[in-house]
Amino acid sequence: MKIVVCVKQVPDTKGGVKFNPDGTLDRGAMLTIMNPDDKAGLEAALRLKDKYGAEVTVITMGLPKAEDVLREAIAMGADKGILVTDRVLGGADTWATSQTLAGAIRNLDYDLIITGRQAIDGDTAQVGPQISEHLNIPVISYAQKIDVEGDSVIVERQFDDRYHVLKAKMPCLITALAELNEPRYMTPGGIFKACKADITVWGRANLVDVEDSNLGLNGSPTKIAKASDKVRKGAGEKVTLDPTESVEYIMNKLKEKHVI
Amino acid sequence: MDFTLKKEHEMARSLFKEFAEKEVKPLAQEVDETEVFPRGTVEKMAKNGFLGIPVPEQYGGQGADALTYVLCVEELSKVCGTTGVIVSAHTSLCCDPILTFGTEEQKQKYLVPLAKGEKLGAFGLTEPGAGTDAQGQQTKAVLDGDEYVLNGSKIFITNGKEADVYVIFAVTGTVTKGTKTLKEISAFIVEKGTPGFTFGTKEKKMGIRGSSTYELIFTDCRIPKENMLGKQGQGFKIAMHTLDGGRIGIAAQALGIAEGALDRTVAYTKERKQFGRSISAFQNTQFQLADMATKVEAAKMLVYKAAMKKAEFATNPKVSYSVEAAMAKLYAAEVAMEVTTKAVQLHGGYGYTREYDVERMMRDAKITEIYEGTSEVQRMVISGALLK
Repeated sequence: MKIVVCVKQVPDTKGGVKFNPDGTLDRGAMLTIMNPDDKAGLEAALRLKDKYGAEVTVITMGLPKAEDVLREAIAMGADKGILVTDRVLGGADTWATSQTLAGAIRNLDYDLIITGRQAIDGDTAQVGPQISEHLNIPVISYAQKIDVEGDSVIVERQFDDRYHVLKAKMPCLITALAELNEPRYMTPGGIFKACKADITVWGRANLVDVEDSNLGLNGSPTKIAKASDKVRKGAGEKVTLDPTESVEYIMNKLKEKHVI
Repeated sequence: MDFTLKKEHEMARSLFKEFAEKEVKPLAQEVDETEVFPRGTVEKMAKNGFLGIPVPEQYGGQGADALTYVLCVEELSKVCGTTGVIVSAHTSLCCDPILTFGTEEQKQKYLVPLAKGEKLGAFGLTEPGAGTDAQGQQTKAVLDGDEYVLNGSKIFITNGKEADVYVIFAVTGTVTKGTKTLKEISAFIVEKGTPGFTFGTKEKKMGIRGSSTYELIFTDCRIPKENMLGKQGQGFKIAMHTLDGGRIGIAAQALGIAEGALDRTVAYTKERKQFGRSISAFQNTQFQLADMATKVEAAKMLVYKAAMKKAEFATNPKVSYSVEAAMAKLYAAEVAMEVTTKAVQLHGGYGYTREYDVERMMRDAKITEIYEGTSEVQRMVISGALLK
C-alpha cells in the first residue's frame, strides 16, 4: 500500500502570533510545529504501515524551511519527504494550495491520501476535500478511526453527537482529526536518519495539469480584508457583596446593557 | 570552533524536552515522595529508543552519538533527577562496557535486549570496603569447571532490584607489580534470577529517591565462564573506562538539575512580589541569577565537550576522554549544588517546602558530587594527568 500524507508547518500559537503589514501571517518570525491534525493523519498512516506494511510519503507546500516538518515526519517513521516550494506559489489560499498539492500528487502512485482536517493557522478544513475533487477520488472527512479491508478503507466519520461508519474503495482521501490518535514521538535513531535523508524538492515545473491562473496569490480567490490578533479582554469589574445584593447588582447591570 | 548544535541534536533536544515535559515532569514529585521506581516511564523510554541511544543499530540501538545521549539525560534531569540517572546507569554503566569489551556472542545475547530497552542494566563495583579505593574489593570469583563461583556483596547499586543484567566486578587472583602484590580484578555479566544472586537492603536516600538503590548479594552464585567480560584481570581497566563514560552521564544529570532549578527560579522571581515589586527587580536577585546562568553555561560547554570527545572514541579507540569527563563531572556537579542551593534561597520559605521543585532538586544535586567518583576523585584524575 502507498500512502501520501499532506502536512503543513504552522506557527506554534503558544509562541504568539505575528502579522505582516498586509495582514498575512509573518511565518518567518514565529516558531513552527507540524499541524496537529496532520500529525494525527501521519500517525494513522504509520499505524497502517505497522499493521499492513506501507510506504508512507509525506508532502508539504511551503517555504524552504518547511523541510523541517518533513524531517520530523521521517524521524517518526515516514519513508520519503517531498517539499513543494516556489516563489510563484507564495500567498496561496486553500484553492491554490489544493491545486498545487494535487498537481504534485499526480506524479505519485498512491492508494490512500491522508490530510489533517484543518490547519490551526487557517481553520478552513477545505484543502483536503479540494485535493480529492481535483484528483477525482472519494473523500471521507473528520475521521476518528481508520482501518483497511482489502482494497477499501473503513472510516468512522465524526459528528457532534454520533459517527458514521463509511467504506470507500481506494484510492481515496481521508481528512484526520487530532483526536484520531496520540501521535508517536520521534526516535533518536529516526532523527539521525531523517537528517541524512534526501528530501525531494519540487517547484512549479513539477506540477502536473495545473494552470498558472490557479497558483499562488494571483490564483487565490480569497482576499484577506483584515487580520488581527485577539483583542485582550479587560480585567472586568470586581465587587464584593452578599448574595442578595449580588443578584440585584447583576440584574441591574444586565438591564443597563439591555440584555434583559 | 562551532558552538551551535547540529540539526540532529537540536531535533533530539526538542524530542527529549517534549517527552520530559509530558511524560516525566507530572510524576516527578510523586516519584520522590513515594520512592517508587517509575517503571511506566522506563517502559515508555524503552519504546521510544531512549535506552540505547549511542549503541549501534546492529546491536539494537539507535545509532546516535554520545552527545545525543547527554542531551537525553540533561532534559530528563531538568524535570526529574531520578529518571535521568536510570538512563545514565543503564546506558553508560551496562550497555557501554558490553559494547566496548564484550564478545560478539555477549553483545547479541545481552547488549541487543538492553539497547532495545527490553532489559534494564546495572553495574556493581562499590562494596562496603571498596568505594573510591577499588583495590578494597572483597567479592571473589573462583573458577570451578566451566563456571565461576561468585561470593560477596555490592552496595549502592543504581537500578539495583529493577535491572535484569549486571556488570559485576570480582577478585579472581593476585598480580605482582614490582614489589607490590595487587588484587586481580575481573568483570562478569550476571543475569537476574541466577541462583545465589539475591538483594539486600534498599537504601533510603536523601535524593534521587525513585531510583532503585540496592545491595546485591552473591552466595555461591555460579555463572558460566563465558560470561567473563573482557579478559581475566582486565576488570580494573574496564571499570575505569566505564566510569569515564559514566561521569559524562552524571555530568549531564547535574547540568540538567542545575538548568531545571535555574528555569524555575527565573519564573518564580518574576512572580514573587515583595515591597510592592517582583523580587526579580532587586539587584541581588539579578546578580544571583546572572552568576547561576553563567556557571550553568560553562558547565554545559564542559559536558558537551566531553560528550563530543566520547563520540570521537566511537570511531577512534585511541581517543581518551578521561580528563574531559572528570572536568565535566566535577564542575557540573558543583554547579548543580551551588545553583540549586541558591534556587532554594531565592524561593525563600516556599523553596524549603515540598510544594516547590527546587527543594527536591537541591537534594538530587548532592549525589552528583559523590557517585561515579567523588569530586575529590575527579580532582585526582585531572591533576594526575597534569602531573604525569
